[in-house]
Amino acid sequence: MLNAHRLGFRFSPDTPILEDISLTLKAGQWLGLSGDSGAGKSTLGKLLAGYLMPQTGYVTLEGAALPKNGVQPVQWLPQSPELAVNPRWRVAKILREAWTPSDAQCQAFGVKPKWLSRFPQSLSGGELQRVCVLRALAPEVRFLVADEISTMLDPITQLELWQALKQEAQLRQLGVLVISHDTALLERLCPQRLHLSGGQLKPY
Amino acid sequence: MSQPQPRLRAAFSLGVATLLVVGLAASQWLLGDSPQQMQFDARLAPPSVEHWLGTDALGRELWARTLAGLALSFWVGCLAALLSTLIALSLAALATLSARLDALVSLLIDTLLSVPHLILLMLIAFALGGGTQAVIIAVAVTHWPSLARVLRAELWQLRQAPYVRISRALGKSRWFVLHGHLLPHLLPHCLVGALLLFPHAILHEAALTFLGFGLSPSQPAIGVLLADAMRYLSGGYWWLGVFPGLGLLLMVLGFERLSSQLRRAL
Repeated sequence: MLNAHRLGFRFSPDTPILEDISLTLKAGQWLGLSGDSGAGKSTLGKLLAGYLMPQTGYVTLEGAALPKNGVQPVQWLPQSPELAVNPRWRVAKILREAWTPSDAQCQAFGVKPKWLSRFPQSLSGGELQRVCVLRALAPEVRFLVADEISTMLDPITQLELWQALKQEAQLRQLGVLVISHDTALLERLCPQRLHLSGGQLKPY
Repeated sequence: MSQPQPRLRAAFSLGVATLLVVGLAASQWLLGDSPQQMQFDARLAPPSVEHWLGTDALGRELWARTLAGLALSFWVGCLAALLSTLIALSLAALATLSARLDALVSLLIDTLLSVPHLILLMLIAFALGGGTQAVIIAVAVTHWPSLARVLRAELWQLRQAPYVRISRALGKSRWFVLHGHLLPHLLPHCLVGALLLFPHAILHEAALTFLGFGLSPSQPAIGVLLADAMRYLSGGYWWLGVFPGLGLLLMVLGFERLSSQLRRAL
C-alpha cells in the first residue's frame, strides 16, 4: 500500500502547489488523476515516486519510508520519453538498464527486436515510450506513476500499451496511478478517479 | 552562397596541427645536437643564406634552437593541459557526489580564480625547484579552475535530466550514473577544454622561463631564447627575439584556432 499523508509542496514560498494532500494506492488498484494544466498533477506524481521531497507530510510504502537505494518500488513514467533515455545509448542497453524483459514481455508491449540495435533518435515517441514503460517494470517494482504516458500515441497504440500494462499489472498486482487530461481515458482505465484543483484532491 | 562548414574547417585545422606536431617531432630527430653546437666564428650573425635565422651570442643556429624550443614547449604544454583537464574533470565529478563536496570544490575554484595567475605559477614553480617537471605541475595546478567550473555546471544540469534520475530510481549506483551517463557527455567538453588550455599553458611556460622560474637556461626553450634576446636587444640584434617569438605566436594561434573550430564543430 502506497500512502501519501498530508503532503504539502510549493516551488516558491507564496504559491503553494499542493496543500494537505492525502491519498492511498493499494496493490492492484488503478487510480486516475485529472486536473488542469499547472494544477500540480505531475508534482504529486513525482512526490509519490520520491523524485521530489514534500515540504510537509510524508509518503510511506507499507508503513515505511521509500527506500533510498536500490530499484525503487515506485516508478515514475514521464510524459516525454525522449528525455527519459540517454541519447548515446542503444535501445537494448536502455531497455535492460535495470532488468532483462523476456521475449514474451517485449512482444506484449510491442517492443520489436530490430529496435534494439538502434539509437533512440531513430525511434518515434510512441515506440520509445513503450521501451520506457517496459524498462520500468523491473521485478522489484510494485507501483507505477504513469504521467500522461499515452498522450503522444495514436489511438491503436494507446490501446495496445494500456492493454499490455493492464495485463502485467493484474499478473503482478501492481498499483497504478494514471495521470491524464483525458477524462475518457481515465473513465475506461480507472474505477476510482480523483481531480486535482486549487491544491486539493476531490473525488471525480 | 554556401554556408561555412564548421566540420570541414575543423578537419582542416586538425590536419594543419597534426602536420605541425609531426614536423616538430621529426625535426627533433633530424636536428640532433645542432641547437647546442657553437660556432665561434659566426657569433651574432644576422639572418643570411648560411645562417637562416641568424645565430646567437655563442654562434648557435637560431632556427635549430627555435624549432627545439617549440618542440619542448609543445610537450610541456601537452602534458600540462592533459594534467589540468584531468584535475578539472575529477574535481567536477567529485562535486556531483554531495552538496558539501560541491561547496568545497566551488570554494577551491573561486579561491584559485581570485589569486593572480602568474604569481601563483611562480610560487609553485619556485617551490618545486624549477625545471621541466616543476613548470608542468605549476601550469597544471593553476589552470584547471575555469574548465572545472564549466564541467561542474554541465554535470549539475545533466544530473537533473530525467534519464539520470530514472537511472538512480532503477537502482543504479552513483558511480554507474557517473561513468555510464554523465562522463560520456563530458568528453567533447574535455577535449575542447584541453585544447583551449594548451596555448595558454605554452604561453605561461614561456613566461615562467623568461622570468627565470622555469626551465633551466641550458635548455633551448622559447622562454630561455626570449630572455637571452632581451640582453642583446639594445645592440640591434633583432633576430634573436623576433624569430622565436614569431614561432611561439604561430603555434599558439594555430592551436587556439583549432580549439575554437573544434568547439563549433562538436
